[in-house]
Amino acid sequence: MKLSTIAAAAGILALSGGAASAEPIKFEYWYGLSGHLGSVVQKTCERFNASQDAFEIVCVGQEGYAQAVQNTIAAFRAGKHPTIVQAYDAGTADLMMSGEFYPVQKMMADYKIAIDWKNYFPGIANYYASSKGELFSMPFNSSTAVMYYNIDQLKAAGVSEPPATWEGFEASLKKLKAGGQACPFAYAPSSWVDLEQFSMAHNVPIASNNNGYDGLDSKLLFNTTLHVKHMENLKRWKDEGLLQIRTSQGGLNARDSFAQGECSYYFGSIASHATVNAVAKKGLHWDVAMLPVYKGVERHNTVVGGASLWVLSKKSDDEYRGAAAYLAFLATPESERFWSENTGYIPVTRTGFKKLMDEGFYSAPPYKGREVAIESLTYTEPGPLTRGIRLGGFIQIRKEWMNEIETAFAGKKTVQAALDTAVERGNAALAKFARLYKGKALP
Amino acid sequence: MRRAYFKNNWVAAALVAPQLLIIFVFFYWPTAQALYWAFTLEQPWGGGNEWVGLDNFRSIVEDEHYWNSVGVSIVFALCATALSMGMALTLALAADRQLRGYRAYRVGMIWPYAVAAPAVGLAFRFIFNPSAGLMSHLNAIWPGVWDPILDGNHALAMVIVAGAWKQVAYNFIFFLAGLQSIPRSLVEATAMDGAGVLRRMIDLQLPLLAPTVFFLLVINITDSFTDSFGIVDTMTAGGPARATDLMVFKIYEDGFRGLDYSGAAAQSIILMLLVMVLTFFQFRYVERRIHYS
Repeated sequence: MKLSTIAAAAGILALSGGAASAEPIKFEYWYGLSGHLGSVVQKTCERFNASQDAFEIVCVGQEGYAQAVQNTIAAFRAGKHPTIVQAYDAGTADLMMSGEFYPVQKMMADYKIAIDWKNYFPGIANYYASSKGELFSMPFNSSTAVMYYNIDQLKAAGVSEPPATWEGFEASLKKLKAGGQACPFAYAPSSWVDLEQFSMAHNVPIASNNNGYDGLDSKLLFNTTLHVKHMENLKRWKDEGLLQIRTSQGGLNARDSFAQGECSYYFGSIASHATVNAVAKKGLHWDVAMLPVYKGVERHNTVVGGASLWVLSKKSDDEYRGAAAYLAFLATPESERFWSENTGYIPVTRTGFKKLMDEGFYSAPPYKGREVAIESLTYTEPGPLTRGIRLGGFIQIRKEWMNEIETAFAGKKTVQAALDTAVERGNAALAKFARLYKGKALP
Repeated sequence: MRRAYFKNNWVAAALVAPQLLIIFVFFYWPTAQALYWAFTLEQPWGGGNEWVGLDNFRSIVEDEHYWNSVGVSIVFALCATALSMGMALTLALAADRQLRGYRAYRVGMIWPYAVAAPAVGLAFRFIFNPSAGLMSHLNAIWPGVWDPILDGNHALAMVIVAGAWKQVAYNFIFFLAGLQSIPRSLVEATAMDGAGVLRRMIDLQLPLLAPTVFFLLVINITDSFTDSFGIVDTMTAGGPARATDLMVFKIYEDGFRGLDYSGAAAQSIILMLLVMVLTFFQFRYVERRIHYS
């Protein structure tokens, strides 16, 4: 009796072992977003795992875009890299030149997953596409720069509409200051807003070769364009007390200064829309508008910031299958809705955006206003100068810009001299990048 | 003098092996790799490597920002060492004289040594914050007098104070031990001869402390070249406008953020050689003047 019971039990176990579903195929995804946004990324991973059981994605936050790229490079050299990595714009060039990635358009075609590539907003897709228009990486968290303004404070100073030109912006600053506002404009120098987005909206080049798209021998040009006049204006506004420099090291950063009602304007990514909502002082009436342009300049589309998802090479077929499934999952309208609801980022596909508009998602707070970002991104079709930026050593270039602008704002140099130095040193970084990849061409 | 020697060489080898392994893995191997990268152009994602000889070194030496880093590092090393050793010596002298509460100080003064550099950086960043910290009171009276965000000198002073504070505990222990190894009879003899506290300190205790001072000088200066990274990273990130861009921080920025592996490797080789030269210089020339009793 005992023996047969044991035999029966063993038989059942063996059978159940055989009938049990195969272990889900695991693959890793390293993302750079941190804080609240990072936790939403984790949730997208959990949603994917819950929606199917063939694959299991393991998402590891890297606490920062730069860290994510650094750690991935180190892991890659040891052969222990993830399948998907969230790489930001400045880290794109090195990854692209190395060729150590699996272009997503090709991957989806290889694994027979149908994606409508034309559905992606051109202003977003172009940033991550080859010169022939083939998408290398999957757009994911895309944002653009917008102007945040305090409705009540502007109205009290006699400004009924947010200014559409920089001249109008300056006039409104003067009105605010005259009305007793101590801090009309919370400013923190940022190359993404002041140089990159500004140049796109005004259709002026940042570098030759159409901002680097056409070759590795690019040279920086921003010390000869409208950008110089813009930085000189900002410096003048600082000297006249029309703006205050607000950084985290000094206390409240620009976003928090605005959210606390201390300052009437601030420029930042639309991704902060949700954060401002969360930390705003009670009773704060605010909204967003497109970046102003100078009078007489035709407005063009701005470009994205944020990051995209790259699939790295040297992984197994199963892992690629899983990665393709996850990326396809993210491209569904439900996922886009989830992402747009929980963060300030905007949908990357036309149908995703249309669906949200039709549902009235953007007609009421707290989401009202985010469609301004889409309007800014799609204002015109991307032209040769407004496709994006494809420059090597871009992290160094941004740092040079920042250092020189800090020096200029401290009064140690004129703005023109500062930008000249930034261009000179940035060109050295570009030359070094070209030397590093001698003989290779931009894909 | 009898020399200890092991009859059994295997035991000796086994005892030394773990330490040698650690030194090999964490020093010699990375240094060899850095040497290789310093003489080539290394692509961040691998896949290519071109021999360029001394080009990386040449471009570093021709870079004015690099010399700015060197200058900032030297200023930081000298100031932080002087400040730290001065503070530690004063405290050790007071503790040695067994002033009231000295037992508590002796124990409590050692604790700051356990605080990690980034934690020190964060704490001092708050203290020195121009709008929320202790210095905000000064700024309330004279607006703009303390501005580490835009003024490089203020930022460097802030980093120096944080660095010096961190080293005080270490120096204090050694100074106290050194002072206590001075025979009590000597101190009493000078006191009986009518020498006051200050005279005793200058003529008796300090000269006899010379070996300790020398040792701590070496340790402090080399530490301030290498250990200061945590403080700079959390407090100023090299800014404003490179005023606190220490050599060790510049290596991190260029290598890990800027993805310029070859340039950073070359800089780290130079830093390593600099520290070696400093140590050699101190042992060869300064030790001559030190008398070990």
